[in-house]
Amino acid sequence: MLEIKNLSFDVVDDNNEKDILKDVNLKFEDGKIYVITGPNGSGKSTLVKIIMGIVKASSGKILLNGEDITSKQIYERARLGIGYAFQQPVTFKGLKVKDLLNISSGKNNDFNSLCDYLSMVGLCAKDYINRPLDDKLSGGELKRIELAMVLSRKAKLNIFDEPEAGIDLWSFDNLTNIFKNLKDTTTIIVSHQAKILEIADVVILLKNGRVEKVGKYKELKPLIQTRTCGKLRGVNGQD
Amino acid sequence: MDKIDEMLLEKVSDLHKISLGAFNIRKNGQVLDRKNTKEIEIVPKKNKNGIDIIVQPNVKNKAVHIPVIITVGGLNDLVYNDFYIGENADVVIVAGCGIHNNTDETSTHNGIHSFHLAKNSHVKYIERHVGEGTGKGGKILNPITKIYQKENSSMEIETLQLGGVTSSVRKTFAKLAENANLHIQENILTTENQTATTLFKVNLVGKKSKVEVVSHSVAKDNSYQEFKSNLIGANECFGHVECDGILLNNARIISIPMIDAKDSESSLVHEAAIGKIAGDELIKLMTLGLNQEEAENMIIKGFLMG
Repeated sequence: MLEIKNLSFDVVDDNNEKDILKDVNLKFEDGKIYVITGPNGSGKSTLVKIIMGIVKASSGKILLNGEDITSKQIYERARLGIGYAFQQPVTFKGLKVKDLLNISSGKNNDFNSLCDYLSMVGLCAKDYINRPLDDKLSGGELKRIELAMVLSRKAKLNIFDEPEAGIDLWSFDNLTNIFKNLKDTTTIIVSHQAKILEIADVVILLKNGRVEKVGKYKELKPLIQTRTCGKLRGVNGQD
Repeated sequence: MDKIDEMLLEKVSDLHKISLGAFNIRKNGQVLDRKNTKEIEIVPKKNKNGIDIIVQPNVKNKAVHIPVIITVGGLNDLVYNDFYIGENADVVIVAGCGIHNNTDETSTHNGIHSFHLAKNSHVKYIERHVGEGTGKGGKILNPITKIYQKENSSMEIETLQLGGVTSSVRKTFAKLAENANLHIQENILTTENQTATTLFKVNLVGKKSKVEVVSHSVAKDNSYQEFKSNLIGANECFGHVECDGILLNNARIISIPMIDAKDSESSLVHEAAIGKIAGDELIKLMTLGLNQEEAENMIIKGFLMG
């Protein structure tokens, strides 16, 4: 279980202190899918970056299975079982797809294992494992490899920041099936996408850095549509 | 041949198991061993140190190894190696120098290589430089490579120097005829107070000739690297130089580009980027469980060996 207690994050902008997150309290129970949604600038990505340790909170605590991980570094949180898929996948000069899958899975994989990881995201291993993970790959390919890296870690808690972005030629059903098949893990997804919200056990709606509502998607749907000014993708016939 | 010799040979040329084609092993300024084949002849020079390597026309998928090892201090070795690659030949040449210096006296190797590629020939040239040993004596390597490519010939060069070399000055000159193609990949790591200087001068004389130079540099501690390139476009041609450097600690890298488009149809590009390891690369690897030092080492390894 992941618990967030009285978490705040503020920045100084033009000499004015601005609250990005304010007094956030949340509990993420084992084995459930949580989708964090809300308008742009509501603090969704900042919240998950703070959970991973990429951004340091101004105040508050983060507890993982009762252990205070607030001051732990990124790699320590990773080793404790948190996985994180970036909204914008990172590229490298020189490291190949197989190098990164070996790092993420913590072992030297044979071709069949690499094939298993990549086929989960609809890619054929022989076309990718020896390619550098650089900007010669398309945005969609990078995004899928990003997902494969996180899935290969078999972490107990996985965070996906807007996983649908760039998955242009791959069906959403495949993507949502991946999340549904993550058994015995806690899944936290940042998304505006209706099909992803539909698979959530719990939806968390953020507004102006505060938790506005937590509940089932069906209950929150009208409020979400109001808060996102109809921008909720996949709703009202869009997408 | 002792264990140090075998280890150096493995590092510079994979020649630890001598079951290959033609080769010439030079140790401490003397020829240690040599083998000719029907297709590749190695002829010692009469008036100076060095060899002529003659690859017959139409020879395909053959390799020649010419490693140099130095295991003593106080040696200043100068050698001239000239390669003559016949028409339509396609060969791999593995050269390089390993210095294992346990003394306080400096040892230097100056390898002056010239490549003469006939029409339609292809050469892959792998050059590795290694410096090691417990002495305070310098390990200095100053290779000069001259390349003359005839019509439709192509050459790939891979240079690898992964630390240990006190000082290196590497000069490469090339002249490309019509439709000739040259690709150079240079990967250099310097540490401590080491210095490495590279100079490329490529003359694109022939129509549709093409050169690509990719340099990956990692400079650690107080080391210093300098990269100078000069592409001269004297015809309808394409030239591209990419210099990427990673800096750690108090190191310094200088990149000095020069592109001289003498012909209005020439297209010449120079790109250079030098800086610390990208923060997002470190963060990504840390989210996969590597600590900062492990992540830095992994990024550098990929950058130099990828």
